[in-house]
Amino acid sequence: MIEFENVAYSYGGGELLSDISVKLAPGSFHFLTGPSGSGKTTLMKLCYGALLPTAGHVRLFDTDVRSLDRDDIAMVRRRVGVVHQDCQFLNHLPVSENISLPLTVSGRHADTAGGDLQELLSWVGLSNRADALPPELSGGERQRAALARAVIMSPDVVLADEPTGNVDWEMSQRLLRLLVELNKMGKTVLIATHDLSLIRATKAQVQARVLRIANRRIQLAGADL
Amino acid sequence: MTKPNATLAALFKGDRQADRVVPPSGFTAQLTLFAAATMAFLAVFALALSLASGRLANMWGQELARTATIRVVAPVDQRAAQTAAALRILETTKGVQTARALTDAEQQELLAPWFGPELAIDALPVPRLIEIIEDGDGMDADGLRLRLAAEVPGAVLDNHSRWRAPLVKAASRLKLLGWISTLLITATMAAMVTLAANAALSANAQVIAVLRLVGATDGYIAQAFIRRFTLRALTGSAAGTVLGMLAILLLPSTSDAGGFLTGLGFQGWHWLVPPLIPFLAGAVAFAATGAAARRTLKELA
Repeated sequence: MIEFENVAYSYGGGELLSDISVKLAPGSFHFLTGPSGSGKTTLMKLCYGALLPTAGHVRLFDTDVRSLDRDDIAMVRRRVGVVHQDCQFLNHLPVSENISLPLTVSGRHADTAGGDLQELLSWVGLSNRADALPPELSGGERQRAALARAVIMSPDVVLADEPTGNVDWEMSQRLLRLLVELNKMGKTVLIATHDLSLIRATKAQVQARVLRIANRRIQLAGADL
Repeated sequence: MTKPNATLAALFKGDRQADRVVPPSGFTAQLTLFAAATMAFLAVFALALSLASGRLANMWGQELARTATIRVVAPVDQRAAQTAAALRILETTKGVQTARALTDAEQQELLAPWFGPELAIDALPVPRLIEIIEDGDGMDADGLRLRLAAEVPGAVLDNHSRWRAPLVKAASRLKLLGWISTLLITATMAAMVTLAANAALSANAQVIAVLRLVGATDGYIAQAFIRRFTLRALTGSAAGTVLGMLAILLLPSTSDAGGFLTGLGFQGWHWLVPPLIPFLAGAVAFAATGAAARRTLKELA
């Protein structure tokens, strides 16, 4: 589904990632961990074509990312739901329209998916915040809205970059449960986090692999919790 | 990037939800509308100038080119004979449709502005004038001059080219200036729309990032901006064109005393030209925004 083969990524003369080889199989659950600045976000961006490797091969759905043009990358992103720590939204649109944005840009109007949208809002606990504007949301609400947006297209893969970075423990557990539910629905999940307690808390819920980035390489791939 | 035809179809079809993804831009939107209206207003006047100059050039060129005058300058006792001889030559000259000598009354009328109506024309050595009207093919003025020189030594042919040419040239230049002004106005509008589109695209870099994150293609993003700026240019220039045409309509009408200035305007089918301005403005905005969007989206990729 997503495969890295001897991938390196350099920026500004320095190498951020080196010799990364990893494969995210369909339906798998992965944590990506490592200290701040170790390259977790960079690796996540390589997973959906936001960055291109400077060496090696990244294959997204069996296609080398270098052979994809910008429109192809857009199509890949419809199959990969992304939740960022900073949760970027269109601040002039209400939450419901932000969540249905992937449908809008793919020509599938939210009107036709009204039932799904309501169900999704309910799933993330934002039914009563559908008409609010993003700046009016709390940190946890923003993360849940971002998660709802990431999954509205029923993507094959969900990438979450520090999804619990700005929320309290209770909310991070709630988000984690949602991600585990998605994995149980067959979605491939990759969560980047430096919060080891979050990883430990997941142990009872799902079989997860932990990928640890240190010194530009994945050092602890395949270690089960 | 979507194909231009698809973008064009989407432009007219519209998409309420897609239109909403780009934030409303308030003041800059008003500026774009105002600038488009102003440019269209000026374009109407440039067109009016150009088309009126064109009519003038045609009128001077065609009407004056088809007439010529022969002055028979001879002693009084020979004037009638030389006039008759000149008329005989003109009868056999190819390209001459009609030729006739002006009567005393007509010549007196011509001289009245300088000498008054009481002029005794017989008392002055006034040359006899022969008015020539050419047919469509025109006559060989040089050949006629040679024949007149040989057979009617007192006859001088004036085919008006000496003073007609500068007038026609001036009118043609005015016409050209009118078209150049229209082109410059169009180019300025393209530059203005490009600047506004660039500013909007740069100001919305985060919006573009979000749209890309959720799988929007460059074509989709570009289309949202193209549609917005094209409709603004179309609306603004339509308003400017209507105002410009009204202003032209309200200009004083042509009169004998008015001359060129009162003839500035549109006549006949020329009134159909200004309504094309909004469509031209829309096309310019469509192309300019498309180019700006392609460039900016490539830079932001």
